Amino acid sequence: MSRTIDAVVSPTQTNTIPADISGQMLDLDEDDDLEVFSKDLTLADGNMFNASMPTSPGSMVNQCKFEEDEESDSKDIFITVDNPESHVTAIETFITYRVLTKTTRSEFDNSEYEVRRRYQDFLWLKGKLEDAHSTLIVHPLPEKFVVKGMVERFNGDFIETRRKALHKFLNRIADHPILSCSEDFKVFLSAQAWELTTYKKQGPGFLSRMGETVRAVANSVRGVKNRPEEFTAIQEYVEDFSNKIGSLDKVTQRIVKEQKEYLEELKEYGPTYTLWSGSEEELAEQLKGVAGCIERCCKETEEQVGHLSDTLVPVLHEYVLCAETLKAVLRRRDNIQAEFEAKNEALATKKVDRDAESSDLGFVWGSLLGKNPEEARHQRQERLDGEIEELKEEIDKLEDRVEWANNALKGDWGRWQRSMRGDLKSAFLSTAEKNVDYYEKCLAVWETFLLSQRTEPSEETDRDNTP
Amino acid sequence: MMADSGPKEVAVIGNTELTSAELDNNIKNTMVEIEKGTSLLRKLEISVAEAEKRTGKNTVNMQEIYTVYLIETRPVDALTEGITPDSLWRRYSEFELLRNYLLVTYPFVVVAPLPEKRAEIVWHKLSADNMDPDFVERRRVGLENFLHRVASHPVLCNDNIFNIFLTEDKDWKEMVYETGFQAKADSRLKAVNAAFRVKNPDGRFTELKHYSDELQTVLSQLLRVRARVADRLYGVYKVHGNYGRVFSEWSAIEKEMGDGLQSAGHHMDAYAASVDDILEEEEHYADQLKEYLFYTDALRAVCRKHELTQFELEMVALDLACKKQQKEELVTGTVRTFSLKGMTSKLFGQETAEQREAKLQVLEQQLKEGEEAVKEKNTESDEFVKTAWVDIERFKDQKDRDLKEALISYAVMQISMCKKGIQVWTNAKECFNKM
Repeated sequence: MSRTIDAVVSPTQTNTIPADISGQMLDLDEDDDLEVFSKDLTLADGNMFNASMPTSPGSMVNQCKFEEDEESDSKDIFITVDNPESHVTAIETFITYRVLTKTTRSEFDNSEYEVRRRYQDFLWLKGKLEDAHSTLIVHPLPEKFVVKGMVERFNGDFIETRRKALHKFLNRIADHPILSCSEDFKVFLSAQAWELTTYKKQGPGFLSRMGETVRAVANSVRGVKNRPEEFTAIQEYVEDFSNKIGSLDKVTQRIVKEQKEYLEELKEYGPTYTLWSGSEEELAEQLKGVAGCIERCCKETEEQVGHLSDTLVPVLHEYVLCAETLKAVLRRRDNIQAEFEAKNEALATKKVDRDAESSDLGFVWGSLLGKNPEEARHQRQERLDGEIEELKEEIDKLEDRVEWANNALKGDWGRWQRSMRGDLKSAFLSTAEKNVDYYEKCLAVWETFLLSQRTEPSEETDRDNTP
Repeated sequence: MMADSGPKEVAVIGNTELTSAELDNNIKNTMVEIEKGTSLLRKLEISVAEAEKRTGKNTVNMQEIYTVYLIETRPVDALTEGITPDSLWRRYSEFELLRNYLLVTYPFVVVAPLPEKRAEIVWHKLSADNMDPDFVERRRVGLENFLHRVASHPVLCNDNIFNIFLTEDKDWKEMVYETGFQAKADSRLKAVNAAFRVKNPDGRFTELKHYSDELQTVLSQLLRVRARVADRLYGVYKVHGNYGRVFSEWSAIEKEMGDGLQSAGHHMDAYAASVDDILEEEEHYADQLKEYLFYTDALRAVCRKHELTQFELEMVALDLACKKQQKEELVTGTVRTFSLKGMTSKLFGQETAEQREAKLQVLEQQLKEGEEAVKEKNTESDEFVKTAWVDIERFKDQKDRDLKEALISYAVMQISMCKKGIQVWTNAKECFNKM
């Protein structure tokens, strides 16, 4: 049974899933459930539901598959974000969005959920996902504020743009083979408001998270020493990509601006012909004809600008944010490796210490306390050996962690590149198509006018095709 | 083409390239011209072939740079091969002198305007500098057009001064001044005064004056807005050139998308570059409208002349009426209205019979003269109205024809622009498909 139904929906529809999908969900039998399980990773593994770092990264690597075909044939979770509403409390005013989920996954108790979420909740989710999967590429969220345009938070266009971006964000996560299995994600989609608040309060405490942050900062200061070539290549690419996409974003916004200004002038242009026609007799009809053509071209121009703003601008902007995400992911990967390297160095130092024949402070202390120098040295050896063993264990874990992080990133990197290509290709294609359409419509307008002017066919009209 | 261009050897006329639509129209115009009668252009090819910069001393003995234009003429019936045309160089100021002469000498003619002395109503990419080669080129075309207009005018083409302007270099200026046309020119003050005080101008001229005012207003506005639209369009196209640059740079770091991006970038560059030709073509359209904007001055000049003539007629008629009344008073001895004469006669006594007889004789003479003057002025006025109105009708037909064609050529330009756009974006779409 295939579930290859597209979930891209419009905001105005509340019933976003075609009827037949609901039918399918009701008809689920045992086999389908198992199909879901075996295809979409081992969801039975309790570890997957752990909000903190996975304790057995090795098992996760084995279980997570990055096969492409999964996404296309077995989309089993459909999410829409719509229906923004404004809430006013004593302290603040904020917007919530309706998040509607329909799913056949068994780890969800129901097949359908409807909850309301605010931007903060999305931020929380993103943070949790990044914490749990620090080297996976999480699709960016729309920004908190748009300072440039001085857009108000409650402006209709702003809300609509944000809503679309949030919709995309959740769907990207739903498509991701690993991220979609996250417990935090599940809770986000299904919990009622108060449940979510309670849930949010769980998890590693403030201090331990601070500790993590401090470590991360320390590692980033130290820097990674032996970054594998492929990640350096990725980083260089990300730098360049970030520049290019940033430029494209600016160029496109500039085009929108210029086009809008062109439209404003064009709107004044047509009426001058109408005004002129008032003074003429023979020419009046023709002049009105020209005025009409210009007016119709105005409408087409307006539509074209709208399309550009709705289709190309948001996608480019998204990928500007993506580039930042990528940089952060690479940094985190570096930090993980840096930590591993640091521990390795510590181990080496300890070994040197242990093998050192020279006296040290401990030895001196020992002798002061009346200990036998031989005994003291022996004790010290034992202590260092113990520490070395501990370190070795930690290093093993960190090594696993590095390997897991690298694999996760490599897998996700390919995935990200594919969706980047797909997204940008379709956005540019759509823009080009719209532009062709725009010129075709304007062409028809002027050709119609021309036909009405020629009383006899001439070389010009014979060349043109009558629409 | 803006003017009747006469013979089919249109290729020789100036440096303008004509589209097939213009060729069609030239042929149509030629037919019209042949029907109307002879015009100079049927006999003579006229072109303003080149423009050159010269330096010289001006009237205040300072060095200046100015442009001269080469006027070439060649008889039509002579075999065109191997016969070099006659040519001479003229400055813009000489064209102005010629036109002023024609305005004064033929006040009932709507005389074609000259192209702008200085570039006004330009969109910012176009230089407003008089020395800019594009401006000089457009002016050259405008001057040629002016000569064609005059040469194809049934009355003006026969003017001696005009013919010599085309063919003889020496002493032309002196000849013009010798005609004494400057003395014949009506003072502006006189004309304005007449315009205010005239009582019964021909309604058609009043209407024409209103029309030319309206046309001037609307064309000025239209040209200004068009220039702004052109400016904005330029901006839109040129920014797309940045896509070209960025796509090219981006393609260097992509594997699968590289080729598609690279070629899409080239199309974006082509798109950005295409706007230059588009706007240059539109500039010709703007020039056609500008000619008619400047024509409104000539229309108003004819109206003013009518008002002046009519006013003078009214003045003369009023004077005659006054004199008639004086005679009546003298004859009947009654003083119907308050007059100084009446007062003085009361004060100083009645005049003698001889005095009265003398006065009567003078009045009779004046009356006779006055009646002559009225008759003369009447004829003058009628003549003027008649000849002026013939030319105005000619002008109206010419205007409707020319502007209709201009609007059609504007539509053709828009179509061409749209087709280019379709082509570029279709190509770009294919490139994006390959990404």
